[in-house]
Amino acid sequence: MSTTSDSAAQRRGKAPAGERVADWADGRLGIYSLAKANMRKIFPDHWSFMLGEVCLYSFIIIILTGVYLTLFFHPSMGEVTYEGPYVPMQGVRMSEAFQSTLDISFEVRGGLLMRQIHHWAALVFLAGMFTHMMRVFFTGAFRKPREINWLFGFLLFFLGMMTGFTGYSLPDDLLSGTGLRFIEGVFLSIPVVGTYISMFVFGGEFPGTDLIARLYPVHVLLLPGIMLGLLVAHLILVFYHKHTQYPGAGKTEKNVVGMPLLPVYMAKAGGFFFLVFGVIAALSAIATINPIWTIGPYRPDQVSTGAQPDWYMGFAEGLVRVMPGWEITAWGHTLVLGVFIPIVLFPMVLFAIGLYPFIESWITGDKREHHILDRPRNAPTRTAFGVAWITAYFVMLVGGGNDLWATHFHLSINSITWFVRIAFFAGPVLAFIATKRICLGLQRRDKDKVLHGRETGIIKRLPHGEFIEVHEPLAQEQLHMLTQHDQPEPYEIGPEVDENGVKQKIKPSQRLRSKLSKGYYGGDNVIPKPTREEYREITSGHGHH
Amino acid sequence: MSSHEISEAEDKLPEERGAASVVRPADDPFADPGLPPHEHRKQDIDERAARRSERTVALLFTVSMLATIAFIAAYVALPVDKYIYVFPIGHISALNFALGVTLGIALFTIGAGAVHWARTLMSDVEIADERHPIEASPEVKSKVLEEFRTGAKESGFGRRKLARNTLFGALALVPLAGVVLLRDLGPLPGTKLRHTKWAKGKRLMNYNTMQPLRPEDIAVGSLTFAMPEGMSEEQHDFQTEIAKAALMLVRLQPENIKDKRELDWSHEGIVAFSKICTHVGCPINLYEQQTHHVLCPCHQSTFDLSDGGRVIFGPAGHALPQLRIRANDQGYLEAMGDFSEPVGPAYWERG
Amino acid sequence: MKKLSARRRHPLAALVVLLFALAVTGGLYAAFSPSEAKADDSSAQSLAIEEGKKLYAVGCASCHGTGGQGTSDGPSLVGVGSAAVDFQVGTGRMPAQQPGAQVPKKRNIYSDAEIEQLAAYIASLGAGPVTPTKSQYSPDGADIAKGGELFRTNCAQCHNFAGKGGALTNGKYAPGLNGVSPKHLYEAMQTGPQNMPSFPDTVMPEKNKQDIIAYLDTVNSDKSKTPGGLELGGLGPVSEGLFGWIFGMGAMIVLTIWVAARTAKAKKS
Repeated sequence: MSTTSDSAAQRRGKAPAGERVADWADGRLGIYSLAKANMRKIFPDHWSFMLGEVCLYSFIIIILTGVYLTLFFHPSMGEVTYEGPYVPMQGVRMSEAFQSTLDISFEVRGGLLMRQIHHWAALVFLAGMFTHMMRVFFTGAFRKPREINWLFGFLLFFLGMMTGFTGYSLPDDLLSGTGLRFIEGVFLSIPVVGTYISMFVFGGEFPGTDLIARLYPVHVLLLPGIMLGLLVAHLILVFYHKHTQYPGAGKTEKNVVGMPLLPVYMAKAGGFFFLVFGVIAALSAIATINPIWTIGPYRPDQVSTGAQPDWYMGFAEGLVRVMPGWEITAWGHTLVLGVFIPIVLFPMVLFAIGLYPFIESWITGDKREHHILDRPRNAPTRTAFGVAWITAYFVMLVGGGNDLWATHFHLSINSITWFVRIAFFAGPVLAFIATKRICLGLQRRDKDKVLHGRETGIIKRLPHGEFIEVHEPLAQEQLHMLTQHDQPEPYEIGPEVDENGVKQKIKPSQRLRSKLSKGYYGGDNVIPKPTREEYREITSGHGHH
Repeated sequence: MSSHEISEAEDKLPEERGAASVVRPADDPFADPGLPPHEHRKQDIDERAARRSERTVALLFTVSMLATIAFIAAYVALPVDKYIYVFPIGHISALNFALGVTLGIALFTIGAGAVHWARTLMSDVEIADERHPIEASPEVKSKVLEEFRTGAKESGFGRRKLARNTLFGALALVPLAGVVLLRDLGPLPGTKLRHTKWAKGKRLMNYNTMQPLRPEDIAVGSLTFAMPEGMSEEQHDFQTEIAKAALMLVRLQPENIKDKRELDWSHEGIVAFSKICTHVGCPINLYEQQTHHVLCPCHQSTFDLSDGGRVIFGPAGHALPQLRIRANDQGYLEAMGDFSEPVGPAYWERG
Repeated sequence: MKKLSARRRHPLAALVVLLFALAVTGGLYAAFSPSEAKADDSSAQSLAIEEGKKLYAVGCASCHGTGGQGTSDGPSLVGVGSAAVDFQVGTGRMPAQQPGAQVPKKRNIYSDAEIEQLAAYIASLGAGPVTPTKSQYSPDGADIAKGGELFRTNCAQCHNFAGKGGALTNGKYAPGLNGVSPKHLYEAMQTGPQNMPSFPDTVMPEKNKQDIIAYLDTVNSDKSKTPGGLELGGLGPVSEGLFGWIFGMGAMIVLTIWVAARTAKAKKS
């Protein structure tokens, strides 16, 4: 220690300016120790590892443009008469919120661009989170030690939906007002306290005059604040855990192979921010989003057909649209199941995937850390569950847009609704079965490839007339890649009667776990991967095949 | 490169896991061959190619600078209300298009330059970094637990039960102050949702003209919207009141009305139904004059206006409320009272 | 065949199979869905052949009865007025080609003079809305903003806020309004064709209708301004979401692939 400080003292006054600044900061913040651990941090290169960055950057873009928009937006439901330059609105009564949105679009130079960037970035943000989540899910990247980070990511997705919805509501246009009216109906459907919640949220009867002013801080401060906190925690954990990697030559559970943060990753990630921003800016230059000037100001007695929320709420919209109109009235009270069931189902379907890591680790009893990603085919049950979930999600997206499906494909809206009602239950089951079969088929193909080599497509005729296809042995990397995965044994309860003849108590949860575990690792759900003995037997011998 | 030391056999079968012997490919056909050797890019061995890459990167950054200048120029030069026709986009705002395109180029080329730089000029040698288990070692764990026990003991948290329990009590109660403060967010519901502006003797005012309606104005097959007399857009509570009072009028041939009460409450076949859907309150007025069905554009609840507003499809749970109307002495349509049941979505107290 | 089997491992093979599958699916859809286009030509031809016969007897009487009294296949035309004829025949809806949820708009096969003759005949059966004159439906000088409010109150629920059309029950639909002439817009409001309710002058005066036509002319015509760029069908969040996924998220994925891809290696010498 003393020698370093001595040498530093000797160089004092001569060190370059940048170093002096760094020294100053280090004396107060300890940046050198921080940099030692992180400056050459290794990040594996794979396109699917950059999906999270799409979300991070679009979130930053949303904050930047959002701050700009707050400078011009008036979150007020006070009624005014429009006298601005947009002719089809002149003389129309509207709220100040709507008027200021028109002003941003038609009078603030670049305001329209900022609005469109804000909204497009929000759609990309949610789409990015969805895609990122699916990548993490299907590769099993949520396994220990990353379950909590999965939960953070899931909450970010959920809060992103909420923030998006509140933002969509702020301009107080005809579509967003219709969405809020739906929210009122949702509140009212809550048993016992529904009317109270509705009155308290809207400050009286719908629509009242308070709501926009109340949604505004939720949209610009509360939700983004929570999201920012979660986002920072999410990133810290990514750094702390070090990134997962795909299986391959030289990649183990104990290392991480890739490029250092400084300089390659910093340049790539930093550059990627500008790429994302550039694409969204260009998108906003060429495509309109949420043209509130044609949609018109909100009036509770007006509506437009094709009243839908943004895509990420489409799934909830679908649930509400296809639900039968159940309503039970008894003893002077009404239970509005037709609305209440879908809105309870909506978070439940989402949480089914949010809590999945904990369910899987309980079923499999796997306590090890995992840093090598699964190939989806090697976890057939998980992959099948994921595909089933996506199927349910997309069936409901179809349900949420049933009117546009009807007009654009010349179908009956009633038949589509019935199709969605059935497909919501049947689709995931079919998708589960099909995906599992496909995964097992791919596992079988992997096994064949390992044992018999790659099919070359070259047909050879043997002297005795038999035709065979020439197989080429795999390279060492591929042999390794196709055999590196684990195939654990399913969880066993153990004998019901121990050696002393005493009956063991077996909890129902244990039975369930054992059953589910068989579903993951049991005989029919896994193709035993080739063993070394099998391989040697086939390759050392005659080389037939 | 440390990469070659790490051919730690991850390919081991589960039962072999933990045995820390390095398996050589000769023994194990599936052994990890380790990281492949680094291959040079053209730019690594050919300085001319590298210089070409550098020029590309510099060109991209220069384009960005030019685009930013163009952005500022467009901001200054283009009026905010100028429209241009751009094929195939349409008649669009010149300013929005110019700003968006120049900003997009300015940003994209920075990114493209940086990424191209990283991909072609920075080292692309893959490096392996070691991982360390997240869990603490048993020694650290026992030390922490020991320290926690000491701290907990010194606090007397377990021993001083009276202090502890009252602390829990105080902490449990104090948030109630915050909950109580929320009371004034809104009024209590009371019977507000049961009443609308409609009342006995209020005439039906045509939305389009704000004139009172006469029976002869309403033809079979037509659709008319009405609000109660005395309401106007300028009123402070207009939005809240119209959210409940909105009314639609259609005329059916009396013999087509299947529901007896509906017929009783109509006037010469003119029936007045609430325009607010009983599902979640969208204005429901997609009226099909041949089928007498009315469809909600939000969630496709369908009601039959010739049969008491009965639900025939979709998620709505009860029929559309009907307003009882008649013609008064001057020949204008008027309400014979408020709706007999709450309009709009159902709720717990509705009954 | 040998070539084919040798190529089946080609990286693009999956794409070829996919394209093939899409073509088959599309073909099946085309085979099973009602083909309107084919019927269009043949019936247009057959009608052209029979020209010269009495227009009504040929084109209309089979469904609407010899005297316009109506049959089980078509409603009575007594009292529908000349405006209804001008709309139905002028937009090509009548004569209808096949029974279905709704009679679609198609190419008009009558000349203006023929439509006028037809309209005069129907009008003589009973009084009804009269074909409007230019001064009635012309949007010149009308109040666009008022038209917008009227449109959102009376029309947007079926035809969408920008007049792009929308779905009704059981396969029926409210058509898009772009390209519909002011005269036909006016007649549609006046007469209420098919399942559309009518908006007679008693509840929606002529001036209101002109305002609505003027509004549509402003927001839903070829020269309409879309300041933000592509209109994306003017259908709201569904088409925006689709566009965002395909072009927004699609571009992002292309970029991630480029950023993360290995740079081309120098050839080993």
